[in-house]
Amino acid sequence: MTSTQTLGWTREQMAQRAALDIANGSYVNLGIGIPELVAKYVPEGREVIYHTENGLLGMGPAPAPGMGDPELINAGKKQVTSIEGAAFFHHADSFVMIRGGHIDLCVLGAMQVAQNGDLANWSTGAPDAIPAVGGAMDLVAGVKTIHVITQHTTKTGDPKLVESCTYPLTGPGVVDRIYTDLGVVNIGPEGFHLVELAPGVTFDYVKERTAGNLVPDPGLELG
Amino acid sequence: MIDKRVGSVAEAVADIPDGATVMIGGFGEAGSPIELIHALIDQGATGLTVVNNNTGSGEVGLAALIKAERVSRMICSFPRTANSTVFPELYRAGKTELELVPQGTLAERIRAGGAGVPAFYTATSVGTPLQGDKEVRSFGGRNYVMEYGLVADYALIKCERADRYGNLAYNKTARNFSPVMATAAKTTIVQTKRIVEPGELDPETVITPSIFVHRIVTVPEPLIESQLVAAGATYP
Repeated sequence: MTSTQTLGWTREQMAQRAALDIANGSYVNLGIGIPELVAKYVPEGREVIYHTENGLLGMGPAPAPGMGDPELINAGKKQVTSIEGAAFFHHADSFVMIRGGHIDLCVLGAMQVAQNGDLANWSTGAPDAIPAVGGAMDLVAGVKTIHVITQHTTKTGDPKLVESCTYPLTGPGVVDRIYTDLGVVNIGPEGFHLVELAPGVTFDYVKERTAGNLVPDPGLELG
Repeated sequence: MIDKRVGSVAEAVADIPDGATVMIGGFGEAGSPIELIHALIDQGATGLTVVNNNTGSGEVGLAALIKAERVSRMICSFPRTANSTVFPELYRAGKTELELVPQGTLAERIRAGGAGVPAFYTATSVGTPLQGDKEVRSFGGRNYVMEYGLVADYALIKCERADRYGNLAYNKTARNFSPVMATAAKTTIVQTKRIVEPGELDPETVITPSIFVHRIVTVPEPLIESQLVAAGATYP
């Protein structure tokens, strides 16, 4: 087993890197886990509106301790705040925003991403697992751009960037870009296109930990 | 005179029969009509099909209804919670069936049901195990699966303010599924924190118009599910 924790980006740094790609004026849905960390790193001067699928556009940060409202929560059922200029709406309207292609960007976690952009992030498919999908399939089918944040390998060192997913799919060919602890990878015509390396990481190091076809993007500065 | 108010939660749910399909509003604890659910447990109806995004938390509210083995079938998108083992145990024991529906498809199936639309096509779940053996059609070069509208015998929902006609306004993200569920049930039963005089709700801010509502009961200080769960409360 090879540890990838000593090299590359931390969770916070992965979120920070992903935040650089969030455009001014965009409507964004952030998934549970590392994606939740992204909002605080969006560069100053950019105004971004956060959507949460349980019926809020204009989600703000967590409330101060003791100041929350159990009826003001996010999709992860954590208490949040609403910004000045927020809107509440019912679930069907919320998913009109998602399924109708109105949300610009969704950043979510992954169990596996395949080199053709297939995403698996909702179920291991184990026979005794209680299947739970939430809004993941709606988000990947409907949101214009899908970015994934994930560790490059599992806790046991298995690649999460794979030739084809062995876990049940959330959606086929939906992923545009992946941020891992080792770098930034686009889905392109040749599979995984490495566009950026985390500090101290080499192309070969990433390739050894990737199960699908990984190629250096023409613009990549090799470390 | 139209007055849809009833005197108690027990009276409000008294006629729900065994085997009914019941939509229950709420996303997690936000908007969960916990007093109506507890009244339904007391009332004793069983063999229910329940539509909710989740399967409850701890052993109160929806989780308590499931724990009491009144629910033979759950239609939901996310039947897992960090602090509830009630549904997983009954599901693994084969005592409760599960129909797993993506959250947006669930909302749209309810919306369609309420709108008299028997089925529709969506890109959600195409190419995944949840596509199953559903009909697939191509429109404009993209594949879509056919999903059926969903209707219910009853809806149990919670709101912030209501008038005697049944016009409703909600609180923040507690709105979630309730407005669409109100349209899709033959009988919609509402617990409201406050009753206001007709006209006090600005018509511009009414979220659920009264035509979708059949019974209203006032519960001024509803229980807060997360506090009950933290205290280890059970119902009954």
